[in-house]
Amino acid sequence: MELLSGGEMIARALEDEGVEYIFGYPGGAVLHIYDALFKDCKVPHVLVRHEQAATHAADGYARATGKPGVVLVTSGPGATNAVTGIATAYMDSIPMVVLSGQVQSHLIGEDAFQETDMIGISRPIVKHSFMVKHTEELPLIIKKAFHIASSGRPGPVVIDIPKDLTRPDATYEYSYPKTVKMRSYSPAQRGHTGQIKKAAKLLLAAKRPVIYSGGGVILGDGSDLLTQLARKLNYPVTNTLMGLGGYPGSDPQFLGMLGMHGFYEANMAMHHSDCILAVGARFDDRVTNTVDKFCPGAKVIHIDVDPASISKTVMADIPIVGPVQSVLTELLAQIDLLTEKDSSIPDQPALERWWKQIDDWRAAHGLYTGRRYDESDMIMPQQVIESLYRATKGDAYVTSDVGQHQMFAAQYYRFDKPRRWINSGGLGTMGFGLPAAMGVKLAFPDSDVACVTGEGSIQMNIQELSTCTQYNTAVKIINLRNNYLGMVKQWQDMQYEGRYAMSTYEDSLPDFVKLVEAYGHVGIQVKKLSDLDGAMEAAFAMKDKLVFLDIFIDPMEHVYPMHIAPNGSMKDMWLSKNERT
Amino acid sequence: MRRIISMLMENEPGALSRVVGLFSQRGYNIETLNVAPTDDPTLSRLTLTTVENDLRIEQLTKQLNKLVDVVKLADLTEGAHIERDTMLIKVRAIGAVREEVKRTTDIFRGQIVDVGPTVYTIQLTGTSDKLDAFVAAMAGAEILEVVRSGVAGISRGEKVLSL
Ligand SMILES: Cc1ncc(C[n+]2csc(CCOP(=O)(O)OP(=O)(O)O)c2C)c(N)n1
Repeated sequence: MELLSGGEMIARALEDEGVEYIFGYPGGAVLHIYDALFKDCKVPHVLVRHEQAATHAADGYARATGKPGVVLVTSGPGATNAVTGIATAYMDSIPMVVLSGQVQSHLIGEDAFQETDMIGISRPIVKHSFMVKHTEELPLIIKKAFHIASSGRPGPVVIDIPKDLTRPDATYEYSYPKTVKMRSYSPAQRGHTGQIKKAAKLLLAAKRPVIYSGGGVILGDGSDLLTQLARKLNYPVTNTLMGLGGYPGSDPQFLGMLGMHGFYEANMAMHHSDCILAVGARFDDRVTNTVDKFCPGAKVIHIDVDPASISKTVMADIPIVGPVQSVLTELLAQIDLLTEKDSSIPDQPALERWWKQIDDWRAAHGLYTGRRYDESDMIMPQQVIESLYRATKGDAYVTSDVGQHQMFAAQYYRFDKPRRWINSGGLGTMGFGLPAAMGVKLAFPDSDVACVTGEGSIQMNIQELSTCTQYNTAVKIINLRNNYLGMVKQWQDMQYEGRYAMSTYEDSLPDFVKLVEAYGHVGIQVKKLSDLDGAMEAAFAMKDKLVFLDIFIDPMEHVYPMHIAPNGSMKDMWLSKNERT
Repeated sequence: MRRIISMLMENEPGALSRVVGLFSQRGYNIETLNVAPTDDPTLSRLTLTTVENDLRIEQLTKQLNKLVDVVKLADLTEGAHIERDTMLIKVRAIGAVREEVKRTTDIFRGQIVDVGPTVYTIQLTGTSDKLDAFVAAMAGAEILEVVRSGVAGISRGEKVLSL
């Protein structure tokens, strides 16, 4: 057996684990590890410009590839800078392993230089964490961390490593475990057959069914099976913000996104449904509106790998705990069995009436079927996303930041494939978009990667333009420039009589074109609708360049539909500034 | 309803803080908390009591079960069980009260475990209700200090919480 130092063990374990990139930033407590990476490690390291960006980049990489993202930061400020990104990954159940340096073991607890209790700080935002006590444990702990991060309901795992455990002069026997078993951790492997049988029966008896699927379908690679199921039954499908791409966005059976800024037809169908099949979704408050008024006539079948997600806010009539692939496979088989025996199910005339009703909703207020937005000469944000969709033939990876631009992207880019829409849904982290796009582009260098953002969000991690220069990550930044913190302004318009408390920048915005040029990138300003498509195509034609499109849009535009709160139900929506359901 | 939740967890640093942290993180209250090693040195047994409705308890037990350090968990209040809380209570014992304290202690089957010229320290074990009743019965005396172990519990009969 080989003798390795702690630092070398970490480098080697990451290789043995098949890690493709390490996103990180050096500092005192991790210098032994960095030296080991420098001397002998096949895994490339991406040097970000702020540790938050390392976590978002690893997160973007993980969302696009399905493999855990890996982060390496130093103790103290390095670790605390990573916290927002860890919380972002936690809220969206993204597999991630974060290695944080710690002060030397004998200094822990003495308020040593750059000491923070990282295990304590990160405790509520990790799936699990490890404090390494002995160098020999490193391979097993790293193996466990990857196992926990990527199995069951995925999530971030922190490994805190005191500096002395990585010193080069103390070596130990190294072998990387192939598998790992933990008596206290065993995520569900399959659903309960009895429950699945019941679910199949209920689903086939439905007269007004809706399939409501979320991020779990993407994370569990269940999109193909979900699509099969929906097509077999001809049932309508709606996706959560996190679930977009779980069912093809351009398919006629797709009702669009649901929830606060969900499509009229999706929210109406949910409210009037008699049977909801929830798959990998968690009835989040941005979906349900007032829980007491949520879908009053619906029976709920809820499939999730995490039992704690079931009946947390909305009670499930048939809970099924299990991984989406295995449960949907069994559910499909049960449905085949039942429909072979009884050709009168599902009730086709009822289903026809249901589709007729849905088509009427679509015709009346569907997002794509009638423009309900204020007409103006300016470029409308929706038109930018439609232009992006055309220029990329609907096949790009699209990351976003948080705000109006995020909702426009979710509504108007019709994601046909899973893992293409990459946004911070749970935590709503401004500053996520650009570093996440870097992670995606590194994973898929030949694919189009666009970051849809706003001037507020982009400035939260704009320093990463420099990282993009260093690694030639040619992402396209689509800045929907409205000169406001747009989503804040929208709420101030709707709830605070237009008092724009600190939601403007008072002419302090930089010249983004000059700014990106200073980093060696290309900037293009677009002010006229007639220039939009041309600029968009030009940007994507520059394969090897990061292009920043600074697109001036109507600053007064709002995102609609929008749930009416408080006390509204799924069907209570603003449809435009002066129209409501 | 009051619940007694008991769990086996890995005897690892940080395990307890994860359990306790979960309560504040998710807005639950802990009424009593008791934790100590078991016959297996790799496992600790943690027992806590909390007052919540059924729905919130279901969510709580699911969240606790999700903690990687929690190996096994049971809600003891779901079946027949035995619960014990131990109290050490120090009271001023002078004059007529001295005899009264002794008598009450006997009635409750408590023990006087330390005697001073002016104080008694009494040990009493039982359900939380019994301890509460004893404290109430001591109202006539001057209570100087109360310390309770927190509830420990175990199921009746064959049912065991073990690996
Ligand atoms: C880190 C962080 N701080 C604050 C917020 C609250 N917030 C949500 S949207 C928004 C405005 C975003 O403005 P911008 O990025 O310009 O996008 P727009 O809404 O104009 O499209 C703010 C401040 C947040 N989500 N994240």
